[in-house]
Amino acid sequence: MDEYKDKMEPSTEEVKEEQYSLSDDRRVKVLSPGALVAKRFFRNRLAVTGMVILVAMFLFSFVGGILSPYDQDQKFYRIDSQAKDYAGVIKNEEYRYTINDPVLFKSSVHAQALKAIIQKNDKFEYDGNSYSVEKIGDVDAYTVSSGGNIVGIASKELVNASVEGETLSFDFTLGAFNAYAKGDKAFEAEGKKYSLGEDDVITDSSGTEKAYISQYIVRPVMSDVFFSREFKNELIDSVESGQDSFKYTDADGVEAEYILKYDAGKKSWSVKQEIDTKVFDTYSAPSKKHWLGTDRNGMDMLTRLMYGGRISLIIGFIVVFIESFLGIVMGGISGYFGGWVDGLIMRIVDIFFCIPSMPIIIIIGAAMDAANLPSLTRIIYLMLILGFLGWAGVARLVRGQILSLREQEFMTATEACGIAPSRRIFKHLIPNVIPQLIVYMTMGLGETIILEATLSFLGLGVRFPFASWGNIINDVNDTFVLTNYWFIWIPAGVLLLITVLAFNIVGDGLRDAFDPKMKR
Amino acid sequence: MRKYIIKRLLQSIVILFFVAFIIYALMRCLPTSYVEAMARQKSMQPGSKSYEEWMEQLTAMYNMDGSIVSGYFKWLGSMLRGDFGDSWKWTVPVIEKFNDTVWLSFVMGFVSFVLEILIAVPLGIIAATKQYSKTDYTISVIALAGISLPTFFFASLLKLVFSVKLGWFDLYGLVGRSYDQLSAFGQIMDKANHLVLPVITLVVVSMGGLMRYTRTNMLEVLNADYIRTARAKGLSEKKVIYHHAFRNTLIPIVTIVGGSLPGLFSGALITETLFGIPGIGFTSYQSMVSGDIPFSMFFMVFTAILTLLGNLIADILYAVVDPRVRIA
Repeated sequence: MDEYKDKMEPSTEEVKEEQYSLSDDRRVKVLSPGALVAKRFFRNRLAVTGMVILVAMFLFSFVGGILSPYDQDQKFYRIDSQAKDYAGVIKNEEYRYTINDPVLFKSSVHAQALKAIIQKNDKFEYDGNSYSVEKIGDVDAYTVSSGGNIVGIASKELVNASVEGETLSFDFTLGAFNAYAKGDKAFEAEGKKYSLGEDDVITDSSGTEKAYISQYIVRPVMSDVFFSREFKNELIDSVESGQDSFKYTDADGVEAEYILKYDAGKKSWSVKQEIDTKVFDTYSAPSKKHWLGTDRNGMDMLTRLMYGGRISLIIGFIVVFIESFLGIVMGGISGYFGGWVDGLIMRIVDIFFCIPSMPIIIIIGAAMDAANLPSLTRIIYLMLILGFLGWAGVARLVRGQILSLREQEFMTATEACGIAPSRRIFKHLIPNVIPQLIVYMTMGLGETIILEATLSFLGLGVRFPFASWGNIINDVNDTFVLTNYWFIWIPAGVLLLITVLAFNIVGDGLRDAFDPKMKR
Repeated sequence: MRKYIIKRLLQSIVILFFVAFIIYALMRCLPTSYVEAMARQKSMQPGSKSYEEWMEQLTAMYNMDGSIVSGYFKWLGSMLRGDFGDSWKWTVPVIEKFNDTVWLSFVMGFVSFVLEILIAVPLGIIAATKQYSKTDYTISVIALAGISLPTFFFASLLKLVFSVKLGWFDLYGLVGRSYDQLSAFGQIMDKANHLVLPVITLVVVSMGGLMRYTRTNMLEVLNADYIRTARAKGLSEKKVIYHHAFRNTLIPIVTIVGGSLPGLFSGALITETLFGIPGIGFTSYQSMVSGDIPFSMFFMVFTAILTLLGNLIADILYAVVDPRVRIA
């Protein structure tokens, strides 16, 4: 006996732990049902991948939005050069008339004067008056006189007032032409002295520019623009030398490029100014500043995706929560009480299964459009409608489970203990339905996210300024975006796809993990 | 059996009665301003009736003056006589527009349905017979991806690759630019060409569900006692799977396939809209978005009937195909 005892007694203290009797619970490592499920779940590599994707997606949407340096509706600008119509230049190829005496030099006389100039006659008669035509120096300008008085001037080159809208007196014009023809540097008109400077500019005694002589007429397109003399010279030089464009820095130091275009029909040049303007940075390609570029409104795409994910996930969760809540209550009551209550509720479920939900949501969406509801209200309505239309499936599932569960012994025990029905349903029955429910809800989340995205894609769900993955892809309806800007819609689509896929994979994994009959 | 069918039929009619009531109540709940604005807008269209006429017709048709219940019964009455009124958007009787568009949707739906079955059922069976193998995982992931794929995203991808990059198909529409110059055969081929991308979209998006359904059912069958018996008899694996197991898997598949048949008439709203195919789905989408109440009401009732019919067919087929099911 002693020998036997010696053999059985542990010789050292370390092995004591392993010496439990066969019936001792501590001999076997006991796992709670939850731990078993978790163990089975984590053995499924696919499901774990799905879980990792989901966690990543949550971090991306909820933490990413905080980390991103930009706001969801922050707009970005870029400097873009735009060509604006700036000026028109006309080269005067016809004789124009400056009139001194409107009676003697009326428009019918103009034609006669022109005829005389072309035929190189110095005299012509018209309407009983005799006129004489005299060339002013070697300039292409003629004075027309009658009875010793100059009644008008016909010229190709013009004396233009420097200040728009100011009319120049005839004496001034005549004096200017005379000085111009003779090559004089100064002339006098109406008792004032003027000097004719370089580039045929006429300045008064105080040095202010009054007029200039040129065959070209330069007019601004916008009335509030005043052209400086240097600009006009630059412009006319470019026109004469046949250049397409020139650069000019104005008095304020702003450099701009001007583009000239000749219109043969109108015999005029139109001048466009290329100036840098601030515009929304739309559809810019991915760069260091914007990793995924910017969207139609010049907002950072990556940030929009983060906030979009937030909205998509939140809507998914709330809708599934509403669905499950209604479904559990209705299904629980129906399954537990049975009889006519069950019959009634199940017929309601049948009706809800039969309601064409997509058309209804579209019609309500269109009506909300017409009512111009604010974006946030729309989201709330959308969640309520989706939740309300979707509870039937949950109710059916819960009822089916409860029907089989309520016949089991533990339910008889609760009845024997005298526990109130509401407590029996919600404390003892529902927890046993939870595994199936979790699976259903996980899959339902994916479905809801797709549904919301589809509606937003059609423009009937989440609206600007809120982002959702669906309304980000909405831009693809524009064929130009589809063709040229992959970064606008492909990232959102991929995020949507992998999120829904992850929900489905995790749901699948959970189903397998919850099922004790599963082989592995 | 006959008794069962009659009972289910009566049940369906009761359900339809209530669904139609909900649809009617929904229409009555639309803000009046919205209805009036839409009618006004529609009356501007060339060839349309005047605004007063539309409102009169609407009031008469849906009995807007009466209470919801009495109005519902009157509407039900005219519906039973096959009178659905005139469409606001299309300015023709609703039934006429429906006849013009539904067959195209059916053809498209049917072709993709056949393809879907041809692809999904064999793949589901292969996945089940090789459970936990690489093939099984691949097929399962493909099926899940199909379920998770948003239709509009997939359609856009197809458009980008095949229409824009490769230029094989047009982006939108049912007929090409030179349709009118083509011969009769050429016209059919042109239409078929334009249906390729929509059909691919439909097949890929919908086959996942059927694939998983087949796999699950096949797995269940393979675990059944009679399969063990068949194996114990020493039958070849081929015979066990394709003779004994497959036939039994067919029971739920035939049920679900039969149940989906009526749904082919309801069109594919999203896909048709994306590809601009003028089927019933696209037409009703346009009607719904533009507030064409008569057409939308008709389409919703029609969809509800199809759903009920699908359930009915599935239930009856289940009883017919599976001799073990006894109907009391």
